[in-house]
Amino acid sequence: MLTPWATIPLISAIIQPATPGTYDTDLEGVAVMAVAVAIPKKKWTGQVRDVVLGATEADGGTRSKTVSVGGEGTLPFLDFEAPMPNAPRVAVEIKDRRPDDWSPILLEAWGDFMDDPAEWAKAVEKLDVDLLLLSISLTDAEGSETTAEQARSTVRKVLDSTGLPLVVFGPGQTEKDIEILVAVAEEAAGERIVLGVCDDKNYKTIVAAAMAHGHLVDARAAMDVNLAKQLNILISDVGLPLDRVLMDPTTAALGYGVEYGYSAMERLRLAALQGDGMTQQPMLVTPGEEAWRMKEAKVGEDVPEAWGDWEERAISWETLTATTLVQSGADVVVLRHPESVRRIKDLISKLWKKGE
Amino acid sequence: MALTGLEIYKLLPKTNCKDCGFPTCLAFAMKLAAKQAELSACPHVTEEAKTALESASAPPIHLIKLGDDEHKIEVGNETELHRHNKTFYHMPGLLVRVRDDQPLTEVEELASQVDGYSVDYVGLTLNLDGVAVQSVSEDPSTFANCVKAVRAKTKRALILLAENPEVMEAGLAEVEGTTPLIYAATAENAEAMATLATEHNAPLAIRANGLEALAELVKELKDAGVENMVLDPGARDFHDSLVLLTQIRRLALEAKPDRLLGYPVITFPGEGTESKAEESMLASQHIAKYSSLIVLDHFDPAIAYPLLALRQNIYTDPRQPVQVTPGIYEINEPGSDDQLLITTNFSITYFSVANEVEASGRPAWLLIADSEGLSVLTGWAAGKFDADKIATTVKTSGISEKVGHKKLVIPGAVSVLSGELEDELGGWQIIVGPREAVDIPAFMKLWEA
Ligand code: B12
Ligand code: SF4
Repeated sequence: MLTPWATIPLISAIIQPATPGTYDTDLEGVAVMAVAVAIPKKKWTGQVRDVVLGATEADGGTRSKTVSVGGEGTLPFLDFEAPMPNAPRVAVEIKDRRPDDWSPILLEAWGDFMDDPAEWAKAVEKLDVDLLLLSISLTDAEGSETTAEQARSTVRKVLDSTGLPLVVFGPGQTEKDIEILVAVAEEAAGERIVLGVCDDKNYKTIVAAAMAHGHLVDARAAMDVNLAKQLNILISDVGLPLDRVLMDPTTAALGYGVEYGYSAMERLRLAALQGDGMTQQPMLVTPGEEAWRMKEAKVGEDVPEAWGDWEERAISWETLTATTLVQSGADVVVLRHPESVRRIKDLISKLWKKGE
Repeated sequence: MALTGLEIYKLLPKTNCKDCGFPTCLAFAMKLAAKQAELSACPHVTEEAKTALESASAPPIHLIKLGDDEHKIEVGNETELHRHNKTFYHMPGLLVRVRDDQPLTEVEELASQVDGYSVDYVGLTLNLDGVAVQSVSEDPSTFANCVKAVRAKTKRALILLAENPEVMEAGLAEVEGTTPLIYAATAENAEAMATLATEHNAPLAIRANGLEALAELVKELKDAGVENMVLDPGARDFHDSLVLLTQIRRLALEAKPDRLLGYPVITFPGEGTESKAEESMLASQHIAKYSSLIVLDHFDPAIAYPLLALRQNIYTDPRQPVQVTPGIYEINEPGSDDQLLITTNFSITYFSVANEVEASGRPAWLLIADSEGLSVLTGWAAGKFDADKIATTVKTSGISEKVGHKKLVIPGAVSVLSGELEDELGGWQIIVGPREAVDIPAFMKLWEA
């Protein structure tokens, strides 16, 4: 082996104060008498905000349905203590053009649909999912920077071809995101789409665009309770009502730091249930994007035999990342592979509202 | 859950006699709560109080050991509901089930596959923990043969599953010298199973539907002298097992002083699901949410690997990021003309890169900066892997004495640092490598010194 293991002191950023023990259990001091077992329910004082995505004709949009997310008053699926009115929602990510760097497994799954975002969107709608996420590439197929006009026309095509509520992500570079999302917001005026990602660098402009055209934002901070909370405060200070904000605590793939995201989400959700109003946004996470960047999902040759069948491993990488996040409070999971969509919908149908 | 100072105080004689060396009983109680004193220092404490205090200071969830020394697994002893509060301590065992109505050759084949399965993950070798042998035949000798066949193929931990005590006894006779888990005592067979568990000094799993029935059975077995138990609350599907396992964990940690349910829990994700895919999702739920022994009904490397990685992730101590020692690493015996790359000392980052460089088959030098265990971008954002840090690492590592050229490959993710680095490291040429480690072998082929 190449490396001697070293145990080195802690990273200060990681030792955050433990969740304060402020929540009550009705168990304090109660002995489990003989064999009468008191069901341990927490008395939560807060709940997640209900956020509605998409607008139908009645509300000035053209979507065929609206989708409610959030609203839960307990940890995921623990409906014996408080209701969870909305199931976690499944979104599928498509791009404005055939991506250059996606795994061959994804290319095979979507085939020619990838050459036309409108067709791709229709194929997604057939999977009977809740939401569509369109992510705009940094460059077009010729390699020149995607212009605001191009992004606008893609969004128009996608809106015209499906009735699903829409999330639109920019390419992930501050200047470019601002340019593109501002144009997209205008093009989709009244549709209650989600603009993302909205972070501490671009939030003023993105929030203004959302306010001007009746949209929502996806507020992303780097896996940290305080950063997430701070961004929510900044956004609401600019004037966007919090029932138009999803928070995106950032996620990482299984094997590549998923536990950081898992714990950041659990801590955020506990804070929300304990009544901290600035952490009560529903959470959107992107396990699909993260999992499919990893070697386990991308590469089929020259890998250890113990990794097993490529396709099964790749899809498991995505679904097990997503399963873990659903267990730690995700309200929207964004996926990439149609089989993962099928599996995660199945998972959610088996977890949600089975106890009521 | 440990008692508070005030709760301990209530159990003390409250005479303030000072024989313990503290001015008051309360002061002594506070020290006890802080674990800075021993109860034995008070000569006047009653037997009753002693028992109450001792049971309160016992770990909230029993530690259970399976298997023999070489392949021992230990589960239980957890103290948290949420890993971020401290950490989860003992990873759940992952075992694969065989049945005694399968042809023996099939059983043997599966047992050896499970036994031999191992996968490298960030420098760790991850394995499955053992085999669960189920009696379907209900016939003692058929079961014994099956157990024997499994035992011949693996020395890893075993769980024996049979409801009929005679069948169980026949199976146990084949595993002398190791500690299997006996599954399961139920309301019907509890007495006989308790006897077997005691005779063989093996932990006993108990199954009952729901918490009250389970607590009742635990009490009965405890009274019969069984100490090491594992619980099966009967739930099989996603929703009910999440609810029941959460309730059991909460009761174990928070109900005091009598913790009837303070034992590890066993789950069977294959029983509540209809496919391998569903089973894998339920197993991952069980890893995150409170199972201590997970018996799988499918063995597939493509699923075993992500489950093992997930288990490793969830049970990583959040207070201690896994790091490697900074310094110069030689890969494939490099010479002074060979390529030089730099990355951080976060172990996931290091191994992603080192494995690719090694796989390229080309010799190279890998310089590891001390980013205090942060990944490339996290390190950059936190000022632990910026141009300054990289330049200092190059200057102080002694690498210039080992390589004859002045070309440094940096991660694609921090390409923006190249200008600044060329300034700080006068005379060096900074080459921006690919963004993802997967693309390193192809990139290395283009290298010319
Ligand atoms: C997990 C994580 C954390 C964890 C820390 C994990 C750790 N030990 O490093 C925690 C939660 C603590 C954290 C904290 C922070 N984080 Co952080 N974090 C992440 C996250 C989700 C994953 C990072 C990771 O582990 N990746 C996996 C490793 C293996 O990747 P890697 O090191 O880059 O290595 C790959 C490549 O770079 C390449 N490679 C590596 N080395 C080399 C070398 C060569 C030569 C080559 C060619 C290639 C190569 O190979 C690897 C595999 O492909 C990312 C977002 C994301 N999804 O990527 C944000 C991210 C890195 N974090 C970010 C930030 C801002 C922070 C904070 C500063 C936030 C804050 N203010 O608190 C803190 C800083 C910590 C501190 N102050 O100490 C930002 C960085 C933004 C930027 N571009 O500057 C990111 C990108 C999130 C975001 N989009 O905002 N973070
Ligand atoms: S010895 Fe016991 S009784 Fe006396 S002061 Fe100490 S605690 Fe109290």
